[in-house]
Amino acid sequence: MSIPTTLFEKVWADHVVVEETADTPAVLYIDLHIVHEVTTPQAFSVLRDNGLPVRRPDLTLATLDHSTPTTPVTTFKDLLVAGEGAANQVRQMEQNCEEFGIDLLGFGSGKRGIVHVIGPELGATQPGKTIVCGDSHSSTHGAFGALAFGIGTTEVGHVLATQCLLQRKPRTLAINVDGALQPGVTAKDLILAVIGKIGVDGGTGHVIEYRGAAISALDMEQRMTICNMSIEGGARAGMIAPDDTTVEYLQGRPRVPQGTAWDAAVARWRRLRTDDGARFDQSVTINASELTPMVTFGTNPGMVVGIDEPVPYGTDASFRKALDYMQVEPGKPMTEASVDIVFVGSCTNGRLSDIAEAARVLDGRKVAPGVRMLVVPGSEQVKAAAEAQGLDKVIMAAGAEWREAGCSMCIGMNGDIAQPGQLSVSTSNRNFEGRQGIGARTVLASPATAAASAVAGRVADPRSYS
Amino acid sequence: MKPVTTIRSRTVALPTRDIDTDQIIAARFLTTTSKEGLGKRAFFDLRYHKDGSRNEDFVLNRPEAEGCRILVAGNNFGCGSSREHAPWALLDYGFEAVISTEIADIFCSNSLKNGLVAIVVDETTHGWLLENPGAEVTIDVASTTITLPDGELIDFAMDGFARHCLLEGIDQLGFLEMHLDRIEEFEKGRAWKP
Repeated sequence: MSIPTTLFEKVWADHVVVEETADTPAVLYIDLHIVHEVTTPQAFSVLRDNGLPVRRPDLTLATLDHSTPTTPVTTFKDLLVAGEGAANQVRQMEQNCEEFGIDLLGFGSGKRGIVHVIGPELGATQPGKTIVCGDSHSSTHGAFGALAFGIGTTEVGHVLATQCLLQRKPRTLAINVDGALQPGVTAKDLILAVIGKIGVDGGTGHVIEYRGAAISALDMEQRMTICNMSIEGGARAGMIAPDDTTVEYLQGRPRVPQGTAWDAAVARWRRLRTDDGARFDQSVTINASELTPMVTFGTNPGMVVGIDEPVPYGTDASFRKALDYMQVEPGKPMTEASVDIVFVGSCTNGRLSDIAEAARVLDGRKVAPGVRMLVVPGSEQVKAAAEAQGLDKVIMAAGAEWREAGCSMCIGMNGDIAQPGQLSVSTSNRNFEGRQGIGARTVLASPATAAASAVAGRVADPRSYS
Repeated sequence: MKPVTTIRSRTVALPTRDIDTDQIIAARFLTTTSKEGLGKRAFFDLRYHKDGSRNEDFVLNRPEAEGCRILVAGNNFGCGSSREHAPWALLDYGFEAVISTEIADIFCSNSLKNGLVAIVVDETTHGWLLENPGAEVTIDVASTTITLPDGELIDFAMDGFARHCLLEGIDQLGFLEMHLDRIEEFEKGRAWKP
């Protein structure tokens, strides 16, 4: 009988081209490389300088998301909303894809969107694949049982040129989530609670596998929200074993295997699970039944508190610095904080179900006077699907802005920013200092909490808005 | 990449923990297509006030920080975004090494590939370095040691391959390309195709 192995170990072993030794890392094959305009120009330059082609353009998926405006773009001039540098970066990406023979899902394709939204919706993201992108939220794709992680630009060059990476095998961390989420508590609340428990460095050097009844009960979009934020706990990758939910999501998507190849793929995917008795290097258990809606109060995603709990007291200098920046007082709940901006979108929460959840809260209500709310679909396909359901009309009737697809206010580099001192309730993934604009204060929350906060004009409990 | 063997310098200390790559270089400075000139953007929002004036209280702006090539940072340095602009900015600013009790995975990988020596030390050594900013220390990559001013040698762990690449100035793309035959063989022999 073979030694029981984890899901991660099975996917890793299936992609080792050259085994690692004490002196050299493993050569690991990459099945899908997603590229965008911000972290690739210097990598394409390396290829050009060395006269190298892109080895597998057919395994390379390109789009525009980070530095693209979320106002309509039809001409180059429209790109300048995000600044000249950003506009040039978009143009450079279009030229690089043309030169190196990569199919770009750009403006007018109907398929453009955030890298981690379009991979799954096209069916390019599949169980058992290795997937990388020059973006730390590549962990999102692990929701399908893929081994997916973010890489730097030098490594983007390695994959473009060789379709491989040099990697040391990481350790494994099991996060067991028992019980069931209570009504009004979402996947976003669960992952914020997980990061609060393990800390922003709890997963460093590890690949996480999320397991247990509460994880199996999640749909694919919720699973993506969970895996997306693995990096906020320090883990490069987070994985969930594929099951019926995964197969049902993928069935009929354009880039999945077709015909008998589909049946063979599904049979292979069903074997991708951690064997009974397999060992993880570390494990943590959380009871989903005890969780409430969660919000952050500090300047990293591990500084998190239940919506009806007081902000904790901390004594060390880093903690006090974070609270000073946020202008938050310990001992008081975050529901006392008044809100200037609300952002619903990003690779964490910019999918159809996230937009629908925000629209449900906004339906028949108004965004509070003085609050600006942006709802930004994660892709052009999400935008079209939301509009087909009339969600755009609900959102605009409430007084919120309905924008074009992109990373938007998750990352202040495309024209969508908060002003210094403004408090932003955001469904994105990082509340770092200045992340949403110089001096902007970010509170991370679920789409329901964000929408409830927009209506209330202060951080609000979504359970009062059923 | 230029070979990196020894670094002898005074240290500068940023004791805050969890300094993320957004603080090292903010996203608004990533709209570039080059690696060059990012040093002037490093820690920008800490070095400058919102009105553009220099924040003289920030440690890197103090006269004693001038010329320091070794940064001692709080635990979990470089967390967050995978932007390689972070080590590019630190190198261009003049840093050659970063020392902490923990360094985030992607930042560490990016740093070593560019010749920024990322070093994890024990809490005692870290505590001493934070309490004694300006100490003249020597980092020796070959022996993976730090020599403190009193001559005490501190060992640190470093992946052997990363160490070899630093010492020889090896570009890892060249190493990968040596395996192109094996890569082709792997692609042909796979039980399934992506």
